[in-house]
Parts: sequence; C-alpha cells; structure tokens
Amino acid sequence: MTVANDRQQAGQTKAVSGETLVEVNDLKKHFPIKGGVLKRTVGHVKAVDGVTFSVYKGETLGIVGESGSGKSTLGRMIMRLLEPSEGSIEFDGEDITTLSQRQIRPMRKNLQMIFQDPYASLNPRMSVGEIIEEPMVVQDMFTKEERQERVIDLLKRVGLGAEARTKYPHEFSGGQRQRIGIARALSTRPQMIIGDEPVSALDVSVQSQVLNLMEDLQEEYNLTYIFIAHDLSVVKHISDRVGVMYLGKLAEIAPKDSLYDKPLHPYTQALISAVPSTNIEEVKERQVLEGDLPSPSNPPSGCPFHTRCPEAHERCKEKTPLLTDMGDGHYVACHLYTEPGENES
Amino acid sequence: MSNETLLEVEGLKTYFHIEGKVAKAVDGVDFSIDRGETVALVGESGSGKSITSMSIMQLIPSPPGKIEEGAIKLEGKDLLSLSEREMMKVRGNDIGMIFQEPMTSLNPVFTIGEQLAEPMVKHQGMNKKDAKKRAVELLKLVGFPRAEETVKEYPHQLSGGMRQRVMIAMAMSCDPKLLIADEPTTALDVTIQAQILDLMQDVKKKYNSAILIITHDLGVVAETSDRVLVMYGGQIVENASAKDLFTNPKHPYTVGLLNSMPDVADEKERLESIPGTVPPAHNFPDGCRFAPRCKHAMEACTEAVPKLRENEPNHHVRCILYEDQGGEKE
Repeated sequence: MTVANDRQQAGQTKAVSGETLVEVNDLKKHFPIKGGVLKRTVGHVKAVDGVTFSVYKGETLGIVGESGSGKSTLGRMIMRLLEPSEGSIEFDGEDITTLSQRQIRPMRKNLQMIFQDPYASLNPRMSVGEIIEEPMVVQDMFTKEERQERVIDLLKRVGLGAEARTKYPHEFSGGQRQRIGIARALSTRPQMIIGDEPVSALDVSVQSQVLNLMEDLQEEYNLTYIFIAHDLSVVKHISDRVGVMYLGKLAEIAPKDSLYDKPLHPYTQALISAVPSTNIEEVKERQVLEGDLPSPSNPPSGCPFHTRCPEAHERCKEKTPLLTDMGDGHYVACHLYTEPGENES
Repeated sequence: MSNETLLEVEGLKTYFHIEGKVAKAVDGVDFSIDRGETVALVGESGSGKSITSMSIMQLIPSPPGKIEEGAIKLEGKDLLSLSEREMMKVRGNDIGMIFQEPMTSLNPVFTIGEQLAEPMVKHQGMNKKDAKKRAVELLKLVGFPRAEETVKEYPHQLSGGMRQRVMIAMAMSCDPKLLIADEPTTALDVTIQAQILDLMQDVKKKYNSAILIITHDLGVVAETSDRVLVMYGGQIVENASAKDLFTNPKHPYTVGLLNSMPDVADEKERLESIPGTVPPAHNFPDGCRFAPRCKHAMEACTEAVPKLRENEPNHHVRCILYEDQGGEKE
C-alpha cells in the first residue's frame, strides 16, 4: 500500500516535517476466544485487522471510532503493551515489532502514553513527585538532583506548582490528575505521546484546559501525538490528520479539513452527521445509521460496514475494499471509489 | 405546544448530611415545564443536575440526603406531601424515567417482556396477557423489528443502544405526562445516540409528553430542547429558550462553557478555558458561586448570591452584570 510512501500531506498547519516517525504496516491483533471444557480456541476476536498508516514528526494523528472499533488496541500495540498478532511497527526507522520487553524498554523513553482514567492510572501510594520521577529512574536518566529539578520544572509547566510534588494523587481533581499524567509522560523527553481518550473523563471546562496544554506542549517540545478518542469534535480540534476506524479496519484517513468537509466513506459521512452541534441556526440533515456495530468475533464478509451501509451493493458483501489513494493525502477503503477487481482482497 | 404548566419546582433545596458536613447539592432551584415541552438541564459533574431530577422523583437516598425546602408540583399537586405509596403511583404513571446506564437499570434475571409488563400490571391493572401484547407493541414502536422474539430475551442478549430502547419503551408504557431522561445517551456511541435522540422525539410527538433531559452535552441540548436551564453550584444560573441560549448566552459560565467546547461545525483556533474546577457542594464560595472562576468577577460578586432575574423576556440570568437591566423576578 502506498500510504507509507506518501509524504505530500496537504492541509497541515503546524511545522510538520513530512519525516515519518512511526510506520504501522498491516497490523493485526486477534484475541483467541476459549470455549468448552478443554478451553480450546473456538474463534478469534479480530480487534485490529490489518491497519496500515504512518505518523509524521510533529503532527497530531487523531484516531476515531466507536466502542469496539479497535482504536485502543491499536494504541496499545504501538506502545507494545499488547503483542501484535501480525504486521509490523517501525519507530524512528527501527522495527520494534519483535523486540523483547527488555529490548523495548529503552525505546519507551521516546514513546509515552497518557491514559483515559486519571483515577486508575496513578499509583495512590506514591507521591506526585515520585510518580513523575519514576520513568526517569527506570530509564536511568539524569542524576538524582537533576531529576528533582525536572520534576519541579514539569509540575510548573503543566500548571500545578512545585508544592504538588509532596502530595498524593487523591488530593487532586480529575483534570489535575490528568496534568500529572502528562508531566509523567513528558519526564523522559519523549518524541511521541499516545493519548488514549485523554480528555473523555473530564468535564467540558476542564477538558479545554487539558487540550490547550497538550497543544502548547506539542509546540514547545516538538512532540508527535497519536490522539485516540470517540469524540469527533475533540479530535477535529486537536488533529492534523484523522483516521476513522470501523471493526478493526481503517475506513478512511485524511487531513482533517478534507475528512470533515468532504468525507468519502459512507461510515464517516454518517458518523460526522450524527455529531450533535451547538450551531442551532444551521439545520443539518442527519443520516441515521440502522443497527449496531457487528461483533468483532464474527465480522461481516467483505466490507465490514456493508450491513449498515446505505450504499451497499453485491460487491461489498464479497470483497474487502483496501485503502485507495484519492489524492492530497486522502485515503478511503470503499468500493464506491474503485472499479471491480481494483484494490480489494 | 400548549402553554399550560405541567411541573413547577419552587425553591427546591436538597442537602446531604455527611460526616458533619452539609453538601448543598441543590440549593434553591426554581423552574417550570409546560405540557409537551422539552427542557434541558445542563451542567458539569457536581452541579446538582441529577440530584434535581432525583428529587422530583423522590429517589434521594435518605439519610444522608434530604429535601429541606421547596415544592414540586405536578399539575398543581404537591408531590412532596404525598405518602410513599401515593408517590409510587406517580412514578411510572405520571412520570417516567430513563437512566444513564442501560447496563445496570434492567434486571438481568427477567426477560425483557416480563420487565416491560410489570409496570403495566402494577400501575394500570392490566392482566398479564394484555400486558405482554402491549409489550410487543411498545417494542415495535421503539424500533425492534423482531419484537415477538425480543420479549423472550434477557438483557445480556441486547446491545447498549437496544437496552436504552427498552428503557424508553418501559418509561412510555404507562403514557407518562413527563419523561425524565438522565444522561440518556452518554454511555452510547454517537451513531447510536443519534438513533435514540430521534426515537425520543418521535415518542414525544406521539404521546405529547413533556421531557426533562439532563445532560452535560450542549450538542445534545441544541438538537433536542425547547428551553435550557444551566446549573452551577446547585443553582440555576441561566434559563432561556435554546435558540436564545446558543445565540445570545449571558451568564459568564454559559459563555465560557460554549467557548470551551470544540464543535464539528464551528472551528475554533484556540479553546477558551475556564480556570479552576467546579467547587464541592460542601464548600461553596460566598456570594456568586462562579465568581472565583469568572473573568468578570468584581468585589460585589463575593458579597451576596445574585438573584435569578428576567433580563429579557423569558431569559433569566443569575449574574450581577445584568442586575441593573430588566425586571425583578424574585
């Protein structure tokens, strides 16, 4: 597929170099389903089923999808918190797919994660200072004094103040805890941060504080983000490019303006039209999809979306569409845009 | 829409007494809902919006919770003076409720049909056979194509969106005058949310019920509601028609909330953020509860809680900035 080779990305606002930082190639994660008395594998949940894309240095790639689309599994595989079943992940030119957990550890310095639940992701028995210092200790970075200094700098940078370092997580609100999580992620000077629903547990007014902070930090430290979320408005706000996942596959990936203004995949179209907007003067036509997301343990044949697609035809039931280059960095996996026999499997 | 008042809430105060502290979760709330009207109650977590709806249903766990003051009148009848037995008749008959968690609000050991039939047998004295028949009709109404089979299924066999449809069917089973929906779509995906919001509008038209929808999602409000009540710190800070609120918001909190929200249809270069967090209900600041986070705050804001005043026709604001305009309300 040509996604990885395409360096001509349109519609970028930030200083994105066009240099590839992460390359994900035909990545799959199949979880076995065990059944019967002998706990034999009776099937597989295809959480991620053949995803290919690249992330460029300095950009924010948003990944959206509904629950069960595989977006979190994808993020965890890139972090190597989950072992991929198939496919490869390259980080900064190095294939990290098959590195052992021991070998992967030095890589994690460059690749950090912020989690959804600010209550569960911080150890309640550690002080905030210890939490932020820990990744640097694990990575054997800096002297003790330098680390202490860095903790204070980071706390100030995320807007908490140096006195926070002697306190414990329970003394902070959800938004403040998410700031602690961000400070921890920044401590090892990473090149990239993966955020898995980093603001979805926060109230609207606090959510905007954290989003603004993430934007400022990106500029300051030239960070690359993969921002995984279900909220299309939030993803549109923060991303340069956006990928839409459906049942473990990428349905569409494009620069954000092109994706939101001219979505090509019928699923993306329905998804965007379903987002409620506060702009009440503009009455929009809502496309309501029928039915629910099919089970990833028994995905439909052919195009995974054909069971709910208003445009589905015979070919969609038989052949799986592959991502097709529509120009200007816009890729879509849909038979509407290809001739039979072209880009399908 | 008729202008007949269906529900009136006056001076409602619901406090929680916990470990010697008093949490003023709802602290002087006034509003009314007309027949057939959809009213949204919006606020962040801790603003008191859910406690307001639970107070109307009298589902406040007591102790520690207690409705300290106020009146809740449904068609002129004060619900707070009713006995628990009488109140049980109101719940289900006059007021239906949909909860946020479609996973936990259905009983896992009874079939969908049994659970749908129960309130009809209990509240409307239907016999079991008729109730079963009606259950099938209701499921068809809320969009189950194979309703005859669905009545025999158990909750775990249904998806989140389908369970929420069952909850709506159950809430509508006794043809309530008021439907209270507490975050009805928060646990659902956006494409399923669109289905449920459409369904609620259809059902409302069919039965001419009034709806009180409780949500933190201003997008959902804009798409469903006639009127909006914005809550902050246990009080209503703004009460306006949806159109007015979104085109001409007045309270600094409402303005901040709207500007801090990313919107698919409206690109913002940078989001506005409201500094700080919602104050805890046992420790509200003196005076205006939003003052510590408000960029317009002045000396006078901390002296007394501003009154909710009608600043423009049918547009009420609780803010000192607007006190010299418009007429008195309280």
